[in-house]
Amino acid sequence: MKKISILAAIAFLAIFEACSSPAKEESNGSHEAPKSMVADPPSYDPDRGEGKWTEENINLKEELNPEWVASGESISNTKCTSCHKLTAEKLVGPGWEGVTKRRKPEWIMNFITNPDVMIDKDPEAQAMLELCLVRMPNQNLSDGEARNILEFMLKNDGAK
Amino acid sequence: MKNNLITIAVGGLIVASAFQSCKPKSTSQAVTGDAASKVYVAPGKYDEMYNFVSGGFSGQLSVYGLPSGRLLRVIPVFAVDPEKGWGYSEETKPMLNTSHGIMQWDDLHHVQLSKTNGDADGRWVFVNGNNTPRVARVDLKTFRTAEIIELPNSSGNHSSPFLTENTEYVVAGTRFSGPSDNANGDVPISSYKQNFKGYLSFISIGKEDGKMDLAFQIECPGVNFDLSRAGKGVSHGWFFFSCYNTEQANTLLEVNASQNDKDYVMAVNWKKAEEYIKAGKGKKMSVKYAHNTYSDITHSATSEMKTEVLVLDSKEFTDLCYMMPCPKSPHGCDVDPTGEYIVGSGKLAATLPVFSFTKMQKAIADKSFDGIYDGINVLKYESVLHGEVKKPGLGPLHTEFDAKGNAYTSFFVSSEIVKWNVKDLTVLDRVPTFYSVGHLCVAGGDSRNPIGKYLIAYNKITKDRYLPTGPELSQSAQLFDISGDKMQMILDFPTIGEPHYGQMIMADKISKNQVKIFKIEENKNPYVTKGEGESKVVREGNKVHVYMTAIRSHFSPDNIEGIKLGDEVYFHVTNLEQDWDVPHGFAIKGSTNAELLIMPGETSTLKWVPDRVGIVPMYCTDFCSALHQEMSGYVRVSPATSKVPLQFSLGTNIPKVITAEVTK
Ligand SMILES: [Cu+2]
Repeated sequence: MKKISILAAIAFLAIFEACSSPAKEESNGSHEAPKSMVADPPSYDPDRGEGKWTEENINLKEELNPEWVASGESISNTKCTSCHKLTAEKLVGPGWEGVTKRRKPEWIMNFITNPDVMIDKDPEAQAMLELCLVRMPNQNLSDGEARNILEFMLKNDGAK
Repeated sequence: MKNNLITIAVGGLIVASAFQSCKPKSTSQAVTGDAASKVYVAPGKYDEMYNFVSGGFSGQLSVYGLPSGRLLRVIPVFAVDPEKGWGYSEETKPMLNTSHGIMQWDDLHHVQLSKTNGDADGRWVFVNGNNTPRVARVDLKTFRTAEIIELPNSSGNHSSPFLTENTEYVVAGTRFSGPSDNANGDVPISSYKQNFKGYLSFISIGKEDGKMDLAFQIECPGVNFDLSRAGKGVSHGWFFFSCYNTEQANTLLEVNASQNDKDYVMAVNWKKAEEYIKAGKGKKMSVKYAHNTYSDITHSATSEMKTEVLVLDSKEFTDLCYMMPCPKSPHGCDVDPTGEYIVGSGKLAATLPVFSFTKMQKAIADKSFDGIYDGINVLKYESVLHGEVKKPGLGPLHTEFDAKGNAYTSFFVSSEIVKWNVKDLTVLDRVPTFYSVGHLCVAGGDSRNPIGKYLIAYNKITKDRYLPTGPELSQSAQLFDISGDKMQMILDFPTIGEPHYGQMIMADKISKNQVKIFKIEENKNPYVTKGEGESKVVREGNKVHVYMTAIRSHFSPDNIEGIKLGDEVYFHVTNLEQDWDVPHGFAIKGSTNAELLIMPGETSTLKWVPDRVGIVPMYCTDFCSALHQEMSGYVRVSPATSKVPLQFSLGTNIPKVITAEVTK
């Protein structure tokens, strides 16, 4: 018992010293606020979302690429349709019908490749989260996979 | 509050200064003021090093972060592990296969990191199963056991696994000698001297894939091989094994194996052995041992039974093995970073002998022999000795080294660590441990370029250290800062099982290579379900295969009917998530076997044999999302004679698909 109290005293001393000594500041960490306490940065563009995709680098063509559509469908079957129906009906996440009309292609691409950041920042994504209560998982889509899924979504919305 | 703190701090100061005047007698007194700040790793910050520590009698390998002492992971190796489904899922059961059948629990003692040019390279860690002799390789990309090889002609696989400086071989000596596996073992135990042999196993390691192969064994005199170290630098090409019970006693060893004034450290020229094997001098011996491998692509293990091993007889090759006399029951035989010095730790000796590799070579050339032990030349003690550390402590066990030419030896009986200089053999410092220290580990201390900085002691007894927990207390590790002249204890933390031995490595060598998910498109498990559209239930006679998917927050299917008593049901669950750190669990009521924990992109199988009629719920056991509670389903079990068709569904109460019965 005596030993324990001595140990405690010494441990307190160590903590006290560490807090009051400027030389020890580094080991106390940089005091960054947790993410959720950070206000939305003004730079966020709700039309585009946040991520690498822009109108330019998505490069939509007049006509759909049928190979991409087919590949997008098969990737969706593995990675997406467990939670999303192709109709407007909500399953775990919202139905896909009309998504390409509601959101810009770059928003969709950024959302599916960068969901964590978007869910934290995007007002529309946050509204969906309140509805669905499940954060969309990051399914680790490659650039090509994401592009193919977009093509399939466009097809699903009636594009030719 | 602030006042209180100051009072306590001042009190602490007085207490601390009071103790400075006297030599610390216990570890609580050895802690000085700045210890806490040296081990404090702020939330969100990473530790500096990984520490791989054996889990002793738990059969597992634990991973701690240093200097914080945070437990990062327990990696299942030689024993079933309910936390990870290891040995429970159909895919992992073969990993625990041996020539005796499935082994559910073993004893893991030593840990060694793979090396390139004598330094830890962060690719694999090798560990030994002591009881039913095995060596395992753990892949540090996934922190999973990738391979386990059983060792024939071996018992009490203690002097393993020890590696050469480029991971050419991992060796395993037998602690308990005995008749070879293919000999008639039905002999009197008292015929030890005639019939018992000791085998050293040399397992080769694939350069790229790490694949293990039992390359050859050396048949040696029947003694107890306790520990081993490979030579390095100048002594690369040699292995050193400590031998006790050179008396070849077979009863009351604590007395009868302590009769000789000197036992031996056996030096083995493994490059020579390799030459003899290449020249076809090895004799084939028929044996039986299991070799198990786990694939990250099929997410399953295979077990192969092998039946042959090449054996060299130490008696037939006089330039293969040499005995160096070492006082009283040597335990550790540790090689310094240069490879020149070999420290023999005679557990019962009052001195600590340090052998010189150069002198050993000269003694061999000069034939400076002191007799023959069971066909092996014994070198003269004086002609191989660099010198002795006099009166270092009681019960020396293990030695590791820092970057400044110092050695650190653990003393079990006097519960202390002693620092001494390798060249001039003077004792420089000593610190107490609480209590009964076994192995110690210095960061990089077994490599060619030690990092020094930290030393960790692995203690067997923990009395008075932590809040009591009934008759058993956890064992413990104690971390020392060795960057200065004096060793300073900075942390004391509990460990799992017996923290027998451990190794440290800089964190970035490992963290950068981590596998975060298994890519679903690369999943080649024969029962994979790549998307809900492929989920199904298939009957094959009395076996029912459920191809099931899991994603936040449901299974597909979640309703199954048409299972009958007498069926064996296999749930092949594929986790469709492709996100780091999102496993799903799977449990079903009444499963006498187990549950599953399935990593992102992985397929894992649970075998379930229902034992009664009724509705049986199943659910996810890993809290995966806000709707985790909803991640569940039902299975209907009907009598054996029932006509309920096999059917399954998700999202509808009307059966969507009915699979045809597959008749045999
Ligand atoms: Cu779950």
